[in-house]
Amino acid sequence: MKAGIRLSTPARYGINTLLLAGLLGLLLALSFAGVITSYYSKVLMLAGINIILTVSLNMVTGYLGQLPLGHAGFMAVGAYTGGIFLKAVEDISASSGGIYYVMILAALMLSGLAAMVCGVLIGIPVLRLRGDYLAIITLGFGEIIRIIITNIDSVLGFKLTYGADGLKRIPKFSTLTIVFLAVAVTCFLIHTVMKSRHGRAILAIRDNEIAAESCGVNVTFYKVFAFAMSAFFAGVAGCLYSGYIGSLQPSVFDFMRSIEILVMVVLGGMGSMLGSVVSATVLTILPEALRGFDDYRTVIYSLTLVLMMIFRPKGLMGSYDFSMGRALEKLLGGIRALLAKAGGRSERGGKKA
Amino acid sequence: MNLSILLNQLVNGLQSGSVFALVALGYSMVYGIIKLLNFAHGDIIMVGAYAAWMCMANFGLHPLLSAAAAVVVSTLVGMSIEKVAYSPLRSAPRLSLLITAIGISYLLENGFQLIFGSGAKNVAKYVAPLTSGPSLRLGTVQISFTALITIGTTLLSMVALTLLVKRTRLGKAMRAVSEDMGAAQLMGISLNRTISFTFAVGSALAGIASVLYICAYPQASPTMGSMLGLKAFVAAVLGGIGSIPGAMVGGFAIGIVEALVSAAGLSTWKDGVTFAILILVLLIKPTGFFGRRAIEKV
Repeated sequence: MKAGIRLSTPARYGINTLLLAGLLGLLLALSFAGVITSYYSKVLMLAGINIILTVSLNMVTGYLGQLPLGHAGFMAVGAYTGGIFLKAVEDISASSGGIYYVMILAALMLSGLAAMVCGVLIGIPVLRLRGDYLAIITLGFGEIIRIIITNIDSVLGFKLTYGADGLKRIPKFSTLTIVFLAVAVTCFLIHTVMKSRHGRAILAIRDNEIAAESCGVNVTFYKVFAFAMSAFFAGVAGCLYSGYIGSLQPSVFDFMRSIEILVMVVLGGMGSMLGSVVSATVLTILPEALRGFDDYRTVIYSLTLVLMMIFRPKGLMGSYDFSMGRALEKLLGGIRALLAKAGGRSERGGKKA
Repeated sequence: MNLSILLNQLVNGLQSGSVFALVALGYSMVYGIIKLLNFAHGDIIMVGAYAAWMCMANFGLHPLLSAAAAVVVSTLVGMSIEKVAYSPLRSAPRLSLLITAIGISYLLENGFQLIFGSGAKNVAKYVAPLTSGPSLRLGTVQISFTALITIGTTLLSMVALTLLVKRTRLGKAMRAVSEDMGAAQLMGISLNRTISFTFAVGSALAGIASVLYICAYPQASPTMGSMLGLKAFVAAVLGGIGSIPGAMVGGFAIGIVEALVSAAGLSTWKDGVTFAILILVLLIKPTGFFGRRAIEKV
């Protein structure tokens, strides 16, 4: 007996917005009440940044089915763009409240765009290649970005990135609210794109590139599109990171960083947004929660990768995605069926289509 | 830059290029046979270097015996990685295999870091008997004994490998499997044994490379293999992945380019140049010098 209740799309959006607002309200209330101390909020912010990175990498790894290994490179581009921009406009943004937020928004956009330009630049040559070459070319690209950031000052003749010493005294603008909103917007945008025809085209390329092409999907366009979008959000995450940590060293954005993000994607399940969010959160909080775990963290990460691939290649969540709207529909349907039974009006039970 | 500096740098390039070439051979052979980019291959060098260090420092073995032990250990580790991690995934998607390889690579690096600590182990005093010898002088060009040993061993290994692949039954099986895995199986070639053998040969070459590497740069550290492995991979792509002569030529080419970039005073950009070469090769001629164009059938 299935009582089919369907919520309209605006209603679904309404419910989700309310839930998000409620969650944000709860977080803020808890931090006001002192339950979330500044240490906890730091961990939560880091988790948020990792969620953005994981969800954006998942777009290329899970949905498009490619394996880029230079996600940290895009993050570095975003982080340095945001950091340099915010340092440059520090005087203006300090002046008044409204302009401050405009400047932060501008920094986030600018970082995203800078990373996106790199994404397009790397995406175009990558199109000629498949699978493994793509992995290695993005890896090479990530390393080149790092080398450029380290050495660019000597070429330019003035201090831009401060080389290996690191870019210091970046305004620490990241707050729990800003990170939370950025996570929500990222997940929303990627989710919406993936549910649209563009998203279906991307999934088609993952499942069979040749078949997709012969069905009229513009493979070139959608590959670059997915790449650029993924890079954009990695850049945004980088900018948030620079505003969170306050100083940047090129060595932070090494190959290991890219692998860490990949582990989060693989553990959560390639192609599952919920999986990405959960695994990014857990893998950020776990090392903080378990003392002494940090020594073994990298070993456990790499073991996880291997064991997951051998025993559960789909990841913990597989491609399952949670939908609040669907869950509510089921719940409402169940309640209605119960009511119908109780009231003895069983003839209405399975009618509604 | 005067000519003698240039020539000396060329010799340096040939020396480091030899190591790249030996490692690139392993990448290329494995790629040719199971189309896997074996990320863990670079770390086999690290395993070999640690094995040599253990033998010399803890057991006090002669460097030559230790070198042999390093080759044996590398071979065994390479074969077991294939058995444990790659063979269960033979019918899995390529992406899973690639992620497994990355996982193994990091497992080796971090595992060794956990066991032996992240600091580098100095082997200079142990390898001294191997590296101290007469150097060759050709006019203004000085070729150190280590360089002679390195280049000589590499050339010998390459000749041996070519003979192995061209003249023996197992070599023939390797070539058949890389040509067409299904057809080779139908002809009665044991897939598992051939793949295992390929990993063994590739890892043995990496073991030789590890000994040559610690002779030239006398230290062993958990991450020594990662950059070396990546550059060797670039060399394999440059020469045409899957091609044995390609890997040799590519290795020497990368070594020489790096030496010349350093000679021009841009040593901080050395790694960047290598990866830029990779991107350029993939853009202009993805098949490399000797690679064959693969036709994709639907």
